Amino acid sequence: MIQLEVQDLHLSFGGLAALSGVSLSVDPGEIFAIIGPNGAGKTCILNCICRFYYPDQGRILFEDKDITQLSPHKVAHLGIARTFQNIELFQGMTVLDNIKLGAHVHLRSGFLSGALYWGKASREEMRLRREVEERVIDLLEIQAIRKKIVGTLPYGLQKRVELARALAMRPKILLLDEPMAGMNLEETEDMARFILDINEEQGVTIVLIEHDMGVVMDISDRIFVLDFGTKIAEGSPEEIQHNEHVINAYLGGSDEAFSKLGI
Amino acid sequence: MPTGLFHTKYEDDDKIFQTVWLKCWMGAFLLFLFAVFPFLAPHLSGLFGFSVQHMANMIGIFIIGAHGLNLLTGFTGQISLGHGAFMGVGAYTSGILFMKAGWPFWLTLPAAGLVTAAVGMIFGVPSLRLRGLYLAIATMAAQFIIEYVMRNWTSLTGGSAGLIVDRPTIMGFSFDTDFRYYYLILVLVIISTLFLKNLLRTKTGRALVAIRDRYLSAEIMGVNLFKYRLLAFGISSFYVGVAGGLFAHYNLVVSDEHFTMWLSIQYLAMVIIGGLGHVLGGIFGTIFMVLLPEVLRIPTEILSNIYPNIFAIFGTLRELVFGLVIILFLIFEPDGLAARWHTIRAYWKLWPFSY
Ligand SMILES: Nc1ncnc2c1ncn2[C@@H]1O[C@H](COP(=O)(O)OP(=O)(O)OP(=O)(O)O)[C@@H](O)[C@H]1O
Ligand SMILES: [Mg+2]
Repeated sequence: MIQLEVQDLHLSFGGLAALSGVSLSVDPGEIFAIIGPNGAGKTCILNCICRFYYPDQGRILFEDKDITQLSPHKVAHLGIARTFQNIELFQGMTVLDNIKLGAHVHLRSGFLSGALYWGKASREEMRLRREVEERVIDLLEIQAIRKKIVGTLPYGLQKRVELARALAMRPKILLLDEPMAGMNLEETEDMARFILDINEEQGVTIVLIEHDMGVVMDISDRIFVLDFGTKIAEGSPEEIQHNEHVINAYLGGSDEAFSKLGI
Repeated sequence: MPTGLFHTKYEDDDKIFQTVWLKCWMGAFLLFLFAVFPFLAPHLSGLFGFSVQHMANMIGIFIIGAHGLNLLTGFTGQISLGHGAFMGVGAYTSGILFMKAGWPFWLTLPAAGLVTAAVGMIFGVPSLRLRGLYLAIATMAAQFIIEYVMRNWTSLTGGSAGLIVDRPTIMGFSFDTDFRYYYLILVLVIISTLFLKNLLRTKTGRALVAIRDRYLSAEIMGVNLFKYRLLAFGISSFYVGVAGGLFAHYNLVVSDEHFTMWLSIQYLAMVIIGGLGHVLGGIFGTIFMVLLPEVLRIPTEILSNIYPNIFAIFGTLRELVFGLVIILFLIFEPDGLAARWHTIRAYWKLWPFSY
């Protein structure tokens, strides 16, 4: 069974083709990596899935449902969560509130019961707090900063909070856009561990865009290689590491390419 | 000796007043507002040269309206230059239903809120597309349209002659004096403040603040922008409509001149000076804005006693100083009075171990 399917996606910006006929399919429970040089169109794929961008052509299916015409907030209701390449947190809110907002789609109480804070709404808030603490904050080890305003946190922690917010949605699939970018070795290792934990313990499918080839080769089940808006290869980490196309196209066959691909 | 706040249960961590001390302070403050202040007010009036009770009532009414605008502008990030007129909608709604349709006050006041909410939501529709300066212009148009209707629909509103409104009665109890009306306002101020505070710590409030901070990622997280932007306009207008209703029955006459652009700007000044995005901001800002002209009157009057022939100049001088004080505030306290208050309180909370 295929969980997420992208069929023949075309996207262009004023004549400049960012995606030309990309098709990919993601199975439930796998870690699916998308790699490719800068400007290849990786982020554009995610933006089309989340309905940020409207593809010129092509279809996107999630669990056999066509989501190409849905509005962005409806896509979230289906269980698709994401993080962003440039952090898109709510800077003025606390870490805890950011994470709680991630659970927005699961909360039922309306504004009146919320404002009265009686019965249902307050019970729901308490349940949410407990769930967020146990399932998200403990897992990502951010207990110490939960009351901090996000805007005051260092970059690495903000990345982690963004992952936490997406996780609070209880997503079926998590789209991660360069979660390790700009991190030091230790932070990168932590992040890789978190992604594996989320994938294994909570059974969340992961779509991972990442430039750190070491990490990609280590944790992915399958890798999809994109260049100039088209697929140039797809396969297991071993297959990709030894794929001539990838080695040639990815960085012009230089020695650098080999080291980048972790060979 | 507490050196920090440690909670063992999430319920405790969630409380609005987190320590016993805060609860005691709050209790004492409420006791003061209910049992001490109204009896003290007549004595203070002589001292200050203006009716302290009347001032307190005006402050209370405008706090409710300022809470409304703060919800919209401070917490949702949508500016409105129409709240002055929206307050007028509430005032006329309650006044007309009370005087012409003979509805009881306990129905006309919520009706004022609901009708204003509906009007606010209609004029809030542009907010789905417009932001910042453009939204300011769009809501300004709402201000002028509503003003025009208030002035020209004479059969209903009484036009510029105004609409005479009586003091309300609830279950046989008439709020016919400033002293009695004070309690009505006080209770509503407390309810509206709690309502706002609770709203902000639940689903809706988080969604609104998220829209303010980054609406695109709010949408990606499942927030329906259309719904929440309009809801913000609705709740915000409800608040200012209730304030309008209270004003109508307090002022005893309602005319379009009360609800001009100037009032809209004053409302904005209240929430900016008080602190956008702080519940206390609406309260501090309103106190400041309502009291400032009165306080400025005192030195002006003294001076104009000494130099009576240039009284006119001092009259203008007062407005000048008024503007100057606001500008100085924006420069030196850009985050508003509430932010200052929070830093002071954070310092004192754990005093003397606050480093
Ligand atoms: N909103 C936009 N307007 C115009 N061009 C865009 C826009 N978004 C993306 N592009 C272009 O589309 C191409 C693909 O961009 P995309 O962001 O998907 O690349 P990427 O693979 O994510 O690269 P990186 O590794 O640098 O993040 C780029 O040439 C980019 O300039
Ligand atoms: Mg990118």
